Amino acid sequence: MSQSIMTEPALPPTEPSTLRPKLRLDGLTHEFRTGGAPPVKAIEGISLDVAPGAFVSLIGQSGCGKSTLFNIMAGLLQPSAGRVVLDGEDITGRAGLVSYMLQKDLLLPWRTILDNVIFGLEIQGVDRREARAVAEPLMDRYGLGRFKTHYPASLSGGMRQRAALLRTLLCNNDVILLDEPFAALDAQTRFRMQEWLLTLWKDFGRTVLFVTHDVDEAIFLSDEICVLSPRPGRIADRFDVSLPRPRGRNVVTAPEFIRAKERCLDLLFSGGQPADSEAA
Amino acid sequence: MTDNVLSDMPAAAQATSSPAAHLKRPLRRKGVVIAHEKSWKRSSIWTLQVGIFVALIGGWELATRLGLIDPFFWSSPSRIYNAFIIVIGEGTLFQDTWFTFKATIIGFLLGSAIGAAIGLSLWWSINAAAVVQPYIVVFNAVPKIALGPLIILIFGIGISSKIALAVAFTAVITALAAYAGVRAVDDDLVKLTLSLGGRRRDVFLKIVVPSAMPWITSSLHINIGLALAGAIAGEFISSQYGLGKIIMYAGSTYDMALIWVGIIILALLAIVLYGAVNWLEHKFTRGQNVKTI
Repeated sequence: MSQSIMTEPALPPTEPSTLRPKLRLDGLTHEFRTGGAPPVKAIEGISLDVAPGAFVSLIGQSGCGKSTLFNIMAGLLQPSAGRVVLDGEDITGRAGLVSYMLQKDLLLPWRTILDNVIFGLEIQGVDRREARAVAEPLMDRYGLGRFKTHYPASLSGGMRQRAALLRTLLCNNDVILLDEPFAALDAQTRFRMQEWLLTLWKDFGRTVLFVTHDVDEAIFLSDEICVLSPRPGRIADRFDVSLPRPRGRNVVTAPEFIRAKERCLDLLFSGGQPADSEAA
Repeated sequence: MTDNVLSDMPAAAQATSSPAAHLKRPLRRKGVVIAHEKSWKRSSIWTLQVGIFVALIGGWELATRLGLIDPFFWSSPSRIYNAFIIVIGEGTLFQDTWFTFKATIIGFLLGSAIGAAIGLSLWWSINAAAVVQPYIVVFNAVPKIALGPLIILIFGIGISSKIALAVAFTAVITALAAYAGVRAVDDDLVKLTLSLGGRRRDVFLKIVVPSAMPWITSSLHINIGLALAGAIAGEFISSQYGLGKIIMYAGSTYDMALIWVGIIILALLAIVLYGAVNWLEHKFTRGQNVKTI
């Protein structure tokens, strides 16, 4: 246990096999039943293979069941049908094996930023002092060093999200789920956070599933994009983004970027979907 | 361009074609100047507080000397001072103060701890909480002082009956506060802990208890007064020691000055306890936004 937490950034992903998907979603379907009302199908038949170390974005309008899907992947919700497979092992309904981060930073207000960052390790049974020793150099390296002894209330939204993301990455899980982590940030902060996220993704070599409303954000960050249809959520389209990395900001004018954007927007707004539901 | 649009606005609003034409023009077109009270210097507030105290004491003394009020019922600062010197000379005052103080502190700590334990434990099962809730509500509504004679009979006239009353006065308050804190725990924090692989025990110790802490500590402020009231109530009913006994005795012998001595010492005790609770609260709720009563 104590050895595995010493994960140094900049190491290649520990999983050498590229043949086997890191994470496989197999026919995930979920219905919500509330009282006598007819069941509501949130997602239907979602199947997806995610390669080790890949950055995959899911985009879709609100109400396409993204949160349901993430809760199932995180093991917080038992799906009506289907399986979640991690490294070939069925982990459906088991929590603690993939990390999960929400739009809300969910920092514990009574803990300092350092103790928030180690929260995941602590839950996984790592001794507090040992966890702090792991986290401190990383906080220095990723721009949180000044805030170690601060409480979350005194930090800006961007810094709070950084701490939350570092907490998510520090947990010893190869797959991390990010559910619109930057949606509440202003445009400039969001831009810096996206670049910061890519740095960490490269350094830690994790597999990332990223949910967003923002098509530009998805294309800028991802290797692969899945477009979800409105309720019940299904994978309507799936394609690779082969723009070379590292990507600069001017990538938004590249022809491939524009083609990918058109493809996404066509799918999102086809079928006479009301445009305002996208802003929610 | 922009200027034009703005200056045209009122005209457009009055035009019959505008959809807003039927709206009445507001009467107060000048806007409202918002008044802000400027905060005084700390030294001015302090001076005023001392000034009011001196004026009250001085006025009281003067009024009795001029015969405006009857010192037999109202006593006077100088009489209270003399009474104070006399009881100190008798040497039992310290013992009585210590008795009340001890009963209050032990009752306060015990009652608050029992209450917090009950309130927090209700998190473990929503069903258990639902079953227990009416009992807590009823016990909260019952005037605890009515339990006094019963508690004296059960626990005797020594310190344990005073402690028991202080516990009865304080425990429900903290139990209700802790339970309110437990219900206000952010579900997403619970979800986060579970998604990290945490168990119910982790959620309880690392999320529920710290989240409920501001609720619990804010109940402690109220508990100071209640624990003192419990101890004094016990001493009123039957006791060999304590400030409550002194006050009761003084009342039965029409010794108004001595009553005031008891009250003043009680007030000083309350201030000391209040300071201690503030310190505790600060220590246990760091990072959380707490407004002290």
